[in-house]
Amino acid sequence: MGMAVSIDIRDEHAPPDRLDLAIAQVTGWLEWVDVTFSTYQEGSEVSRIDRGALAVGDAAPEVAEILALGERFRVESDGYFDVRAGGHLDPSGVVKGWAVERASAMLLGAGFADHAVNAGGDIRLRGVPGPGRRWRVGIAHPHVRDALAAVVEVGDGAVATSGTAERGAHVMDPHTGRAALDLASVTIVGPELVATDAYATAALAMGAAARPWLDGLAARTGHEALVVDADDTTWSTAGFPFAPPAG
Amino acid sequence: MKRALAALAATFAGLAALLGYKSAPARRTTLAVTPQGATQPPTGPSATDPNAPPASAVPGGGDNSGGGGDNGGGDGSGQGVAPTTPPTAPATSAAPLPAGAKVVTGPDVPNQFGDVQVQLTISGGKITDVKALQLPFDRQRSAYISQVAGPLLRTEVLQVQSASIDIISGATYTSESYAQSVQAALDQARK
Repeated sequence: MGMAVSIDIRDEHAPPDRLDLAIAQVTGWLEWVDVTFSTYQEGSEVSRIDRGALAVGDAAPEVAEILALGERFRVESDGYFDVRAGGHLDPSGVVKGWAVERASAMLLGAGFADHAVNAGGDIRLRGVPGPGRRWRVGIAHPHVRDALAAVVEVGDGAVATSGTAERGAHVMDPHTGRAALDLASVTIVGPELVATDAYATAALAMGAAARPWLDGLAARTGHEALVVDADDTTWSTAGFPFAPPAG
Repeated sequence: MKRALAALAATFAGLAALLGYKSAPARRTTLAVTPQGATQPPTGPSATDPNAPPASAVPGGGDNSGGGGDNGGGDGSGQGVAPTTPPTAPATSAAPLPAGAKVVTGPDVPNQFGDVQVQLTISGGKITDVKALQLPFDRQRSAYISQVAGPLLRTEVLQVQSASIDIISGATYTSESYAQSVQAALDQARK
């Protein structure tokens, strides 16, 4: 995957040695995830499974867990999220959110209740950034480099943005086999990062069909969405948590 | 009021290099805080990096004042976004720093097009200037993007500050690296 991960811990009075230990635990976890799931490493379990050199039953149990999540999101998204799109196994769309979700749980377990873990713009937030405040998350505008598309305010939760700007033709419409270009970016806000990340990826691939699907998703699950079209039109679900202006 | 704030930027690949899973050498990144008036250029891998562009005017340099993360290569896919305004030369300034200002150099953040490294000027608790010390120049398209992205991203950083944002979701390749370098520099400045 080769992605930078940023950890921002806001807990007051965190003893430095406990902090160092927690971060070492998280970085060790992320390193194991990369070695196991990276499609850029021939020796990773995912690469070996993809070319038939390893059975899922003989791999780490987390691999089966990831594949089950991939199948769940494939069904929920009418096939627009598919870890086997394009003929090769690539579970990156679910591994990233899952790895960050587990990392955040580790930090919480170590006693750090106020933190943000950010992997390439997909973020898991917990607690508060400061006394009496909630996390204010800016959504980068996919076209206008000196602007934000929106600001959201969240407590415990996740914000995931999927965009053609960051992945280009990597996001494919699995039904047509062509690049999904109708939408410039999709941002999902939800209670945790695994589903939030997968839904953002799925909706981007849907193009114009995303809006009704996202309305249904918000009604069923509470995941709210913001969409920026290729022509810069923005649209959001009714409950999208726009932040009030800064005081 | 004391507050523990930690920021770690590390790539998955970089961590693998640290533990010997890859043969590529680990790269050190550093955060540096420059006292006002220093004239040394930034130290570290960026100084000898063959991908680094010709140096532009920089008001201060860096001391290696603390540990940083190890970074490896970036994700192997993706592309930048063509800007919609004609390119302009990045602004450089030799004006002296305002009294009480602190210059913070963010870490060298690599992506597939090259390295991104930013330098912030912080005065009175606010970011008053942003300079790109390194933007990807190793490909023609990336150079074009960087010429425009540099000044525009600078505006974004200053605007983000005025909106009181804690964190940013979603970014292009160059601006993602830029945001990471800025984020890490901000976190270092808060210590």
